Amino acid sequence: MLSIGKKMFCSIKRVLGYGLVLMTTPLTALFANDLNTKYNLREPVTALARDLYFMHYVLMGVCLIIFVLVFGVMFYSIYAHRKSKGYQPADFSDNHTVEILWTLIPFLIVVGIGVYATPAVMAQKDTSNAELTIKVTGYQWKWGYEYLKGEGEGIKFLSTLTTPYEQRVNIAPKTNNYLLEVDNPLVVPVDKKVRVVITANDVIHAWSVPALGVKQDSIPGFVRDSWFKAEKTGTYVGQCSELCGKDHAFMPIAVKVLSAEDYSIWVDGQQASFEQKPNKKVAEGKQKNKSMPAESISAVAFSQEETK
Amino acid sequence: MSAVLEPQGQAGHHEDHDHHPTGWRRWLFATNHKDIGTMYLWFSFSMLLVGGVLALGIRTELFQPGLQVVQPELFNQLTTMHGIIMVFGAIMPAFVGFANWMVPLQIGAPDMAFARMNNLSFWLVIPAGLLLVASFFVPGGATAAGWTLYAPLSIQMGIGMDLAIFAIHILGASSIMGSINIVTTILNMRAPGMTLMKMPLFVWTWLITAYLLIAVMPVLAGAITMILTDRHFGTAFFNAAGGGDPVMYQHIFWFFGHPEVYIMILPAFGIVSEIIPTFSRKKLFGYSSMVYATASIAILSFVVWAHHMFTTGMPLTGQLFYMYATMLIAVPTGVKIFNWLATMWRGSMTFETPMLFSIGFIVVFTIGGLTGIILSVAPLDIQLHDTYYVVAHFHYVLVAGSLFALFAGVYYWLPKWTGHMYNEGLGKLHFWLSMIFFNVTFFPMHFLGLAGMPRRYADYPMQFADFNLVASIGAFGFGFAQLVFLYCVIKCINGGEKAKANPWDAKDGGLEWTVPSPAPFHTFETPPTVNK
Repeated sequence: MLSIGKKMFCSIKRVLGYGLVLMTTPLTALFANDLNTKYNLREPVTALARDLYFMHYVLMGVCLIIFVLVFGVMFYSIYAHRKSKGYQPADFSDNHTVEILWTLIPFLIVVGIGVYATPAVMAQKDTSNAELTIKVTGYQWKWGYEYLKGEGEGIKFLSTLTTPYEQRVNIAPKTNNYLLEVDNPLVVPVDKKVRVVITANDVIHAWSVPALGVKQDSIPGFVRDSWFKAEKTGTYVGQCSELCGKDHAFMPIAVKVLSAEDYSIWVDGQQASFEQKPNKKVAEGKQKNKSMPAESISAVAFSQEETK
Repeated sequence: MSAVLEPQGQAGHHEDHDHHPTGWRRWLFATNHKDIGTMYLWFSFSMLLVGGVLALGIRTELFQPGLQVVQPELFNQLTTMHGIIMVFGAIMPAFVGFANWMVPLQIGAPDMAFARMNNLSFWLVIPAGLLLVASFFVPGGATAAGWTLYAPLSIQMGIGMDLAIFAIHILGASSIMGSINIVTTILNMRAPGMTLMKMPLFVWTWLITAYLLIAVMPVLAGAITMILTDRHFGTAFFNAAGGGDPVMYQHIFWFFGHPEVYIMILPAFGIVSEIIPTFSRKKLFGYSSMVYATASIAILSFVVWAHHMFTTGMPLTGQLFYMYATMLIAVPTGVKIFNWLATMWRGSMTFETPMLFSIGFIVVFTIGGLTGIILSVAPLDIQLHDTYYVVAHFHYVLVAGSLFALFAGVYYWLPKWTGHMYNEGLGKLHFWLSMIFFNVTFFPMHFLGLAGMPRRYADYPMQFADFNLVASIGAFGFGFAQLVFLYCVIKCINGGEKAKANPWDAKDGGLEWTVPSPAPFHTFETPPTVNK
């Protein structure tokens, strides 16, 4: 009995501890993340994501109106046309006018939605005129980034979850960045169109950053692309979004958007440390070859027409 | 066909309707559609409980952030097998059970067209179910590649994957045989006078469903056979290094997978279309438009499959085509909802359990349909793909759709099957518990998905903790509510108020209400004549 009480006391203390950690985290976190909504799409930071954010409201509105109208009628009928009230059943079983109407009106509504959504589809697919091209490679279970073209060309690194194992198995208290923190976030400049070409090394993963409006499967042996143009500096997080095995939940994505100056400073710092490494020649060779890096070429075939 | 059977029926060397083997022989050698239907229904309910236990394993782990109960390896096995068992083991065989029981009764046929093949169809599902369950206990455990078994992840799996492939092959063979049987029965064995356009809607929906099954089960068999040969025989269908394409697997799978969605919902539409008129005391509104809508949904289902694959990165024209085609499905589906509404309108409604489940079905299924519209919009789908929003969407159409309609059908025809009325209080309790806990479980998942929680995650960031906790509580409530159902059904089998031949005073149903309750072992040995 006593030990149960003690355990309960401990767990209450732990809950309070979590609360404290949660309250103080925004001040102490190494980098804040943008996962600060529980109910809605994340706050958009690209024009496309903002369009989608708005589009979701519009469509929700349409759906709610339909729902209220249709079920308003139904619940009125349930209320009024019941046997317990002595309501006598009418005798009709078709009416061509209303049948044509309720085929035609939904048809017009979906045509409207289709027309409304088409520009966003086109915008999402338009990866031309990028100022910076970065290759993203999914691995079981981490992400690889390689700056192919634009400022920072030649930089490459891996990005891995840093949340300590103790937190995952509930020995240490979890923070606000639990499962969303990585050692090397992808760093990009603000207000520049960034094209990401996405592939994978083993199985299918998906590179997803909701605030940027990007989600693209990374497919081994094939290269697909997407793009974003972040309008606000900050760190935006996402998580692998295609089942990829055991540690699917433990390969988050973090994109750090810097101002143009800060980005240049970061690039200089990276390239300085990169030049000290002996394998510079190999890296340069790879830059000329605009296809896959050496480790992927040996592992998978590459289909040129799939890039478009 | 019926002409051949007729003289035998009239010769009637056994006037007692219960002449059949007894004991285990009655079931193992069963060729009677009612016995086989009963076995299908019990099998699918057992699988529902197995799949439900797996789901509760998932929800227990997701109750709090962090890893508490199961490790990610086992977690992925749970999500995968929950999906496979529910789709192939619970929902599909349950509808086949309904078809076995009700199609011959509704159209006035003495039995299914191929009674021995019917026996084989059923007895194939048992080893398949055992294989699926047994795969948890082989080295490496069950397959953990998701119920969609996407390559190349499914190539990496252990022997559990091979067992699943074998099981799905067996189930596919069973489904195809069952479908051929149903099509033949419906097309050849209807009572004289029952033209196609006089058939009860449940029969119509099953006729169309059976064609869908015959069309797509071989496609699934092809897809998983290619996985099998990629795994063991050095082929490279889905391996880019050998000239294959992992995305091709998804195309083939979803060419099966999307019609499969309608395979699981069209018979549900049929059941609801039987129940709503009965309890509204009014004819079904727009019978012929219901038939056309069902057929249109079935045809459209073949041209929308790639909306499951927007994030694979299709060409622009592909995205636009699949987006528009998907939206179109809303039109015939809407027609059905409106027809049910118009059937209720100015009826004289009562709200017994079958009616409650049917109304619940319409409301909650429509929520799933509306989120389906939002998901059909390609750029929004890309934001929501593989998040809990999709999980919420398909549970709204599959659980509140197919499963609720199955419950409605069980309560509706239970008096015909057992000869007893079920306990109305227990039925209503089951409905309200299911309805409330279903929504407690799945409604918060919309929010989780919007905020970006990916599906098939064994662990999640702190921000998702609250709604996961609510969903887990709801899941346990929903799970235990099904024990009320089990109790209610067993109680009804064992006794209860005697049911009349037509306990609901159905005026618009099939011929099942013209035979006594419980339906005798042999019915319609002499074909009835339909002359309305």
